[in-house]
Amino acid sequence: MQSYLLPEFKIERDDDRCIRCQVCVRQCGFDTHTYDEEDDSIYSNEEKCVGCQRCAVLCPTNAITVKPHDYGYRPNANWSREHIQDLTKQAETGGVVLTGSGNDKPFRIYWDHIVLNASQVTNPSIDPLREPMELRTYLGRKPERMEYDGGSLKVDIAPQVAIETPIVFSALSYGAISYQAWKSLLMAAREAKTLCNTGEGGWPKELREYGDRVIAQCASGRFGVDSDYLNSAAIVEIKIGQGAKPGIGGHLPGEKVSADVSRTRMIPEGTDALSPAPQHDIYSIEDLSMLIYGLKEATNYEKPISVKISAVHNAAAIASGMVRAGADIIALDGLRGGTGAAPKIIRDNVGIPIEMALAAVDQRLREEGIRNQASLLVAGGFRNSGDVIKAIALGADAVYIGTAALVAMGCTLCQKCYTGICNWGICTQDPYLSKRLNPDIVTRRLVNLVRGWSLEIKEMLGGMGINALESLRGNRLHLRGVGLDQWELDALGIRGVGT
Amino acid sequence: MKNLSQVSNPYNDDKVISACGLFGMMSLEGETFSGRDAMRAIANMHVRGNGLGGGFGVYGIYPDYADLYAFHVMYQSRRGKEETESFLQEEFGIARAEEIPHRDVPAVQGINDPPEVWRYFARPAAAIGEDKEDDYVVEKVMFINTKIQDAFVFSSGKNMGVFKGVGYPENIGEYFALEDYDGYLWTAHARFPTNTQAWWGGAHPFGVLDWTVVHNGEISSYGTNRNFLEMHGYFCTMHTDTEVMAYAVDLLIRRHRLPVEIMAKVLAAPLWSEIDLMPEDERRKYTLLRQIYSGLLINGPFTVIIAHRNEMIGLGDRIRLRPLVAGVKGSMLYLSSEEAPMRLVCPDLDHTWIPKGGEPIIGRLSTREIIYENKPVLVGSE
Repeated sequence: MQSYLLPEFKIERDDDRCIRCQVCVRQCGFDTHTYDEEDDSIYSNEEKCVGCQRCAVLCPTNAITVKPHDYGYRPNANWSREHIQDLTKQAETGGVVLTGSGNDKPFRIYWDHIVLNASQVTNPSIDPLREPMELRTYLGRKPERMEYDGGSLKVDIAPQVAIETPIVFSALSYGAISYQAWKSLLMAAREAKTLCNTGEGGWPKELREYGDRVIAQCASGRFGVDSDYLNSAAIVEIKIGQGAKPGIGGHLPGEKVSADVSRTRMIPEGTDALSPAPQHDIYSIEDLSMLIYGLKEATNYEKPISVKISAVHNAAAIASGMVRAGADIIALDGLRGGTGAAPKIIRDNVGIPIEMALAAVDQRLREEGIRNQASLLVAGGFRNSGDVIKAIALGADAVYIGTAALVAMGCTLCQKCYTGICNWGICTQDPYLSKRLNPDIVTRRLVNLVRGWSLEIKEMLGGMGINALESLRGNRLHLRGVGLDQWELDALGIRGVGT
Repeated sequence: MKNLSQVSNPYNDDKVISACGLFGMMSLEGETFSGRDAMRAIANMHVRGNGLGGGFGVYGIYPDYADLYAFHVMYQSRRGKEETESFLQEEFGIARAEEIPHRDVPAVQGINDPPEVWRYFARPAAAIGEDKEDDYVVEKVMFINTKIQDAFVFSSGKNMGVFKGVGYPENIGEYFALEDYDGYLWTAHARFPTNTQAWWGGAHPFGVLDWTVVHNGEISSYGTNRNFLEMHGYFCTMHTDTEVMAYAVDLLIRRHRLPVEIMAKVLAAPLWSEIDLMPEDERRKYTLLRQIYSGLLINGPFTVIIAHRNEMIGLGDRIRLRPLVAGVKGSMLYLSSEEAPMRLVCPDLDHTWIPKGGEPIIGRLSTREIIYENKPVLVGSE
């Protein structure tokens, strides 16, 4: 069938600059560029280009420019070029349109409508370069009070895990991303004294030594889950849902199930790895409780158990039930959370922004007097340290970053993660592509990111006259909304600017 | 429910912002003395207040009624008084009721339109068991403060009382003729609020039962602290830092039964960098405290003098953003925002020092000790 699709990107090559080194040819896993020896020319097939900018970045003479193609369709406010393109794709394939990474639609980003406070006159701001500034956070269930018995304090506290910055690497499974990328996240988590979530793709045996920095996921496919897997981790997380695709499961195509991935996931090589939409032993809240306590038994009550859900309309009520069911950590993943592969229609239309879910869950848990019983980890499109600190002030204990970490590794959000080809060596199992990542260098990039954000958070905290992150947690008086309707301010539990 | 924030915080700011001068003096022997020195001392720090609030907390002033709860109650209308008195008569057996004596208004500079302030010596009407009496009294005081219009309870402890109002503290002292009272422990407060209208109930000390708090600070963690207290059933209706401080103390000491030294380490927790270097037992203890009570860390500048019948406690924030000086003369302990007032009332102090941030100074009547850095400070001339 003749394809009616137009190229998405336009490639311009400055022939005066091009030295025919063919870096672009070798770097493009989509085979966009080809060298013709006879002509001594490089030709680009724009239909294949995904706009990842790998060739443009690596071109030694900056001869290549890749930019969105200026489609010639008649402008139409209802039928956008994206709609026409998706319709065309479906007409040609009869399938579900797939995509990768997070929701890119212009839903309101509440972080951009919230501003922070700073101290003036009546209390001093604090300079983090000269005064102590504490970001340490303990994840896990806290008792309601301390008992004192004559000479000593007595309390049985549930297991706690310390992080030195409120920024945790989110679930990116080995299989979805390359071994090199996955290992870099572990190494960076150790160096930055934070945590890294395995995702649902198992955990290679030789990397179990990083266990004290690992959140091991137990998802609906149960890939790689055994006693050693659970007991090697600092925290175990039951994955119910993911912000990019609430209500549906996962599908790692057989092409990505290499020998090593098959060993790690404990499935036959080359077979599709299917994660069912629900966990088939959890059809209700009491089932969740049984799995939570099953995992607690399996880990001898030595590890906090997290439960991760997508941010959906009734997140507050669901989270409250999860805490009562025994969850020590509630992980919420919002509308803009990323994915390696999801139906585009789901990614772009299901779930609610993390800001609203976080505000509702924190408030509900406080109103019910059980906020101390679980830590709150939030995910879903955190772009900078400003987003992070606003989330803390709305009530989060810490923040998961996935997409931001990928960008630190080189990702440019081309959204082709589901193809198995990633020119940046991140979201691929092709050894030719994945060897582009040197874990030592990628670790440095990731640690730099966390360090930079942490320094910025300290500056903002100091500006508010606060020297410990815990004193900002849920402290919504330090936030004000700009350009929001009253119902939005009420839902976020903040006041508008000027009031 | 009446909204105290409307009088305390008329512009509906996040909270009432104020700074202050503090003074406290205590005889570890329990010997009583007149309020003259406390008034002179706080007057010496005149510029730390702005005439919008002053007050005193005094212990040992009602020896004849030492077993009865002494309620100091402010009335802004006749109806408030009638409702409160009929409520008190239902809930308590009242041994004595009288208006607190005061000088005539025109004679005292800076005091305008004072409310009537009455005192009642009372015990719960029904036998409810000694251990439950305090809770009973707290509940009734909260009822008056939140439900009855134009009435506010200044203090409700035994053998003690709070005198406060709008004005400079020396004028408030003169108005109530505090030189005529003898107590063994006095605290005093000069207030400098920035965003409140003058309201007598909003002055310091803030008191529940025989606990009083005078406070100088601007708590940056107010929202977090308020959330934590709400989870434990306290509702911050006055929008003041001092209210948060008082509820935190009540929760930790009275309800969670933690010792004063531990309470201080919750409000002004040691830094993690200090905790990490402690011996194992201590490290575990302080780690647990910070994990459980992270919501009660008082962040931002503060100095506070907390008192009850047995103790006077001075505490500053952990990076010392508000002043506090301690002094000793014989068996007298002095705490003050500045050193000069201590020297004014006691020129030959044995010893003065500036306490470390987050390190409480505790004067304790029962053991006649001053505790600082977990050990007794030498008392008496050497």
